[in-house]
Amino acid sequence: MSELFEIDNLQIQARKEDGTPIPIVKGVSFNIKAGEVVALIGESGSGKSTISLATMAYCRPGLEFPGGEVRLHGKDVLSMDPLAQRSLRGNNVAYLAQSAAATFNPAITIGEQVTEAAVLHGTLTQEEADQRAVELYHALELPDPERLGRRYPHQVSGGQLQRLMAAMALVSRPDLLVLDEPTTALDVTTQIEVLKAFKKVIQDEGSAALYVTHDLAVVAQIADHIVVLYAGEIQEQGPTDQIINNPKHPYTKRLMAAVKPTPKAGMGDDTEFEHEAEIANIEVRNMTAGYGKVKNGEPHITVLRDINIKIKNGHVVGIIGESGCGKSTLARVIAGLLPAAKGEVLLDGKKLEPDMKNRSSAELKNVQFVYQMADTALNPRQHISDILGRPIEFYRGMKGEEKRAEVANLLRLVELPVEFASRYPSELSGGQKQRVNLARALAANPEIMLCDEVTSALDSIVSSNVITLLKKLRDQTGVSFVFISHDLSTVGSFADEIVVLYAGRVVEQGPVDQVLAPPFHPYTRLLISSVPEMRIGWLEETMQKREMTVGIARGVEITAIGCPFFNRCPIAIDGTCDTQTPPVREPSPEHFISCHCTMDEIAGVEETPQQILHGFEKAGPEGGSAIKML
Amino acid sequence: MTDTTLGPDTENDQEKSIYDELPDAPPKKKLKLSWTGKLGVVIVAFWIIMAIIGPLVAPFHEADIIGDDSFMPPFSATEDEGNHLLGTDYLERDIWSRVLWGARNTVGISVVATLLAYMIGVTAGIGAAVRKGWTDMILSRVNDAILSLPTIMLGLLIVVALGSSIPILIGTAAIIYASSVFRIARAYGQEIMVMDYVESAQARGETIWWIIFREVLPNAAMPLATDFGLRLVFVVLFISSLSFLGLGIQPPAADWGSMVRQNLEGLQYGSLAPVWPALAIASFTIAINLIVDDISAKSGGDLAKKMI
Repeated sequence: MSELFEIDNLQIQARKEDGTPIPIVKGVSFNIKAGEVVALIGESGSGKSTISLATMAYCRPGLEFPGGEVRLHGKDVLSMDPLAQRSLRGNNVAYLAQSAAATFNPAITIGEQVTEAAVLHGTLTQEEADQRAVELYHALELPDPERLGRRYPHQVSGGQLQRLMAAMALVSRPDLLVLDEPTTALDVTTQIEVLKAFKKVIQDEGSAALYVTHDLAVVAQIADHIVVLYAGEIQEQGPTDQIINNPKHPYTKRLMAAVKPTPKAGMGDDTEFEHEAEIANIEVRNMTAGYGKVKNGEPHITVLRDINIKIKNGHVVGIIGESGCGKSTLARVIAGLLPAAKGEVLLDGKKLEPDMKNRSSAELKNVQFVYQMADTALNPRQHISDILGRPIEFYRGMKGEEKRAEVANLLRLVELPVEFASRYPSELSGGQKQRVNLARALAANPEIMLCDEVTSALDSIVSSNVITLLKKLRDQTGVSFVFISHDLSTVGSFADEIVVLYAGRVVEQGPVDQVLAPPFHPYTRLLISSVPEMRIGWLEETMQKREMTVGIARGVEITAIGCPFFNRCPIAIDGTCDTQTPPVREPSPEHFISCHCTMDEIAGVEETPQQILHGFEKAGPEGGSAIKML
Repeated sequence: MTDTTLGPDTENDQEKSIYDELPDAPPKKKLKLSWTGKLGVVIVAFWIIMAIIGPLVAPFHEADIIGDDSFMPPFSATEDEGNHLLGTDYLERDIWSRVLWGARNTVGISVVATLLAYMIGVTAGIGAAVRKGWTDMILSRVNDAILSLPTIMLGLLIVVALGSSIPILIGTAAIIYASSVFRIARAYGQEIMVMDYVESAQARGETIWWIIFREVLPNAAMPLATDFGLRLVFVVLFISSLSFLGLGIQPPAADWGSMVRQNLEGLQYGSLAPVWPALAIASFTIAINLIVDDISAKSGGDLAKKMI
C-alpha cells in the first residue's frame, strides 16, 4: 500500500506574551496508508486535536507551524497557498467534530448541510450530491433514507446526528477522514450504534481515517494502527494488535490500566458497612416529578414516575441509565432543587420539604449536590479559599484562622496542594477543579452527597483518579453517596447498590453484585453488553447478540402505561407489556426487577438465545448466534 | 535507573509522578496596562486633579470678563491681564481658566451621576434577574415606562418641577441612565443565573444580597465596566444639553457642555472657542474608554468583541 498521508516531524507551538515559544506538538511523525484507520490516543491536553486539525493545514488562532511537513499524496499541505488549502478542506480531508449537536445548524435541513461542502467545492452538482447522500444514509443504516434529507437536525436522535456527520464528511469522497472523539459524548448504547456504522462505512468507502480518542476500548474495535501521544510527543506506535495485547511503553500500560473493566458481579472492592449509625438515611417514596405546571399531582412533562429508593447509612447508591432517563432529575428532587409533584423524600425518617426554599439550614447542609461540570459549578471570580470557605463559615460558623485551617484540611483531603487556596478556578486543570467541586460539598460536613456524573467530563486517567479519591472519601468520612453515571463499570466499582433507571422508572435495583449478575432486567443486560471491551473483534461479536439487534438504535419513549422498555425488549410480550405496568419481582432479598416475564423466563432467555420475534421486530440475525451472556 | 530495572511498585510511583494530571495552569498574571491604557490613566488623573484644584491653578476666575475682545485667538495677550493660552470666549472670558473651572462641574457631576445610575441600575437589574417572577415583572415594566420617555423631555420635566440645582441634576441624570443600566445588568444577570455556582449558592440558603453582590456581580463586572465608559459620555452630553437650554449648570458657572453651546457662533468668525471644551470632553471620555478597554482586553480577551 502506498503512503497516502505522511506527517513528518510536525511541530506546533504557541507563544508567550514576550514572544518565547511554547511547544505544543514536538516533532510528531506517522503515516496513514490508503484504506487504513489510524488512531491517535492521549489524554486531554496531549495535542491530539491540534494534530488532527493540522491534517487540514489548520491551527487554532495563536498557534503556528515552526517546522515539519504534512504531506498528502507526497505534497506538503502546510506550505500550500490559502486557496489550495481551502479546496483541500472538506474535499480531500474531511473533519468530523466531537459534538454533532453543535455542528449542525438547527435552521437548515439536514440534506442541505450534508451536501453543502461537495456542492460548494464543485465536486458534485446538487442532484449528484443528493443522490450520494441518500446512498450514504443507506450505508449508515439511517431510518427513512429517502426523506431524511428534508428533516431538520432536532428531528433526529443524537446518535443519528453523529452518523449524519459522517455522511456530511464522506459526501465528497475524501481521501482522509478525521474523526475527533466522535463517540465520547454518547451513551454506551448509542456509542455502539455509531461505532458500528462508522466501521462499516469506512470499510465500504475504502477511505483512510484518523481516529482521535482517549478510549482504548473503542480504538481496539476500529483502528488498524495506534499512535500513543503524551504532551505532544509520540510515546509508542504500532499495529492495534501489538499495542492492545503487548504494550511496551509504560505510558501505554498506564492508559490500559485506566480502561474501565467490563461490569460484572464482584468488581467492587469489599466494603463493610460499619459506619456510625447517626448518619442519615435517605428514602424516596412513591415520587413523581417533572417539569411544567403540576395538575392533580401530574406535572406537565413527567420525567420520573413512582420512584421508591432507600439509601442506607454510609452506603453508595449508583444510579444508572441512558441520558434522558431522569437520573439528574432524581438527584435534583432529593436536593430540593426541583420540587416533586407527588411523593416524599425522607431524611432520617423525617419528611423533607419538597422545595429547598422551605428547608432548614441544617437540612440543606446535610444534603449536598455535586455538579457535573466543575467549570460552571465554581464561581470563576472567587478564590478557591472563598469557594471552600463560604460553606464552612455559613454552615459551621468558623471564621478567620479556624476557617483557613479547615480549608487547608479540605484541600489535603482531596489531595490538592494547600497553596491552591489562593488560586482562581481557571488556574486549575479539569481534574483539579473536580476535586475542588467535591471539597466544596464536603465543606458542609454533609450526611449525603449527590454526585451528578462527576467523572463523565474527565478523561480516563483523571476520572479513575477521581474515583479513587471518592472511594477514599467514602471510607474516611462515612458520608452516603448517590452516584449518578451512565457508565456502568464506574458505578459497578464504586457503588454498594445500583438503581437502574429507564425512561423515568426504576426497572431494577439491588446490591451491586446481584444487579450485575443474572437474572438481569433486559435493559440492564443491554447496558452491560454495550460497554466496550478492550478486545479486537468485540464489536462484531456483540452486534450478534439478540438484545443488541432489538435494543440498539431505537428511541426511548416515556409512557404512562405499560413497560417503557417494551419497544426495545427482546422478550417483550405483545398485548401485555405495552398495556400493563409490570409487576416488581424479587429474585433474591433486596433485589428488585420490574418485568412481566418471570425470573425463569428471563433466565431461560439467557440460556437459549433463540430469537423470539415480537410485533416491533422485523428482522434480526437468523438464529444460531448462540453467544452466552457473561 | 531505567524503567526496565524498576520493580513494579517503584515503577508505579514514578509513572504517577511523570504522568499525573497535566501541568498546573500558570500562576495568575498581574494586570499590566498597555501604553494606551497608561495614557488613559494619565489623562483621567489629570482631569480628576483639575476637578479638585482647578480653581486654584487657573490664571483667572471663571466669571472674570477680562479680555479686550470676544473670540480672541490662542496665545493672544491682553494689555493689563497677560496671556490667554486658549484665547477668549464670546463674553471675553479666558477659555483656559473656564475649562479648568468647568472640570469640577462636568467631571464631578457626570461621574457622580453615572456611579449613582450604576448603583441603582445594577442592584435592581441583577436583583430582578435573581428574584425572577413578579419582582422582575414589576421592575422591568416600570423601567420600560421610564425608557419609553425621551430622556431630555423627562429631564426637563423633573428639573422644571424641582428647580435647577446640582443635586437635582445628579439625581435626574442618575434615574434616567439607571434605566438603561438596568436592562444590561438584568441581561447579564440572567445569563449568569443559569450557572451551577449560583444554584449552588441558592441551595446553600444564601440571601439575595449575597447572590447579587458575591456570585453574580463579580462575573458581570467587566462588561458593565465597559458600558460605564460609554454611559459616562451620555451623561456629559445630557448635562450639557440641559445647560444649553438654561436648566443645567447656571451661568456664570462654567461647564464644558454649555461652553461648547455658548461659543458655537464663534465658528462663524473662525474662532476655535467651542473646540477647546469639546476637546476636554473628548479627552476625558476617550481616556476612560481606553482604560476600560485595556482592562477588559487583558482580563477577558474576547470580551471587547462580545460587546460589539
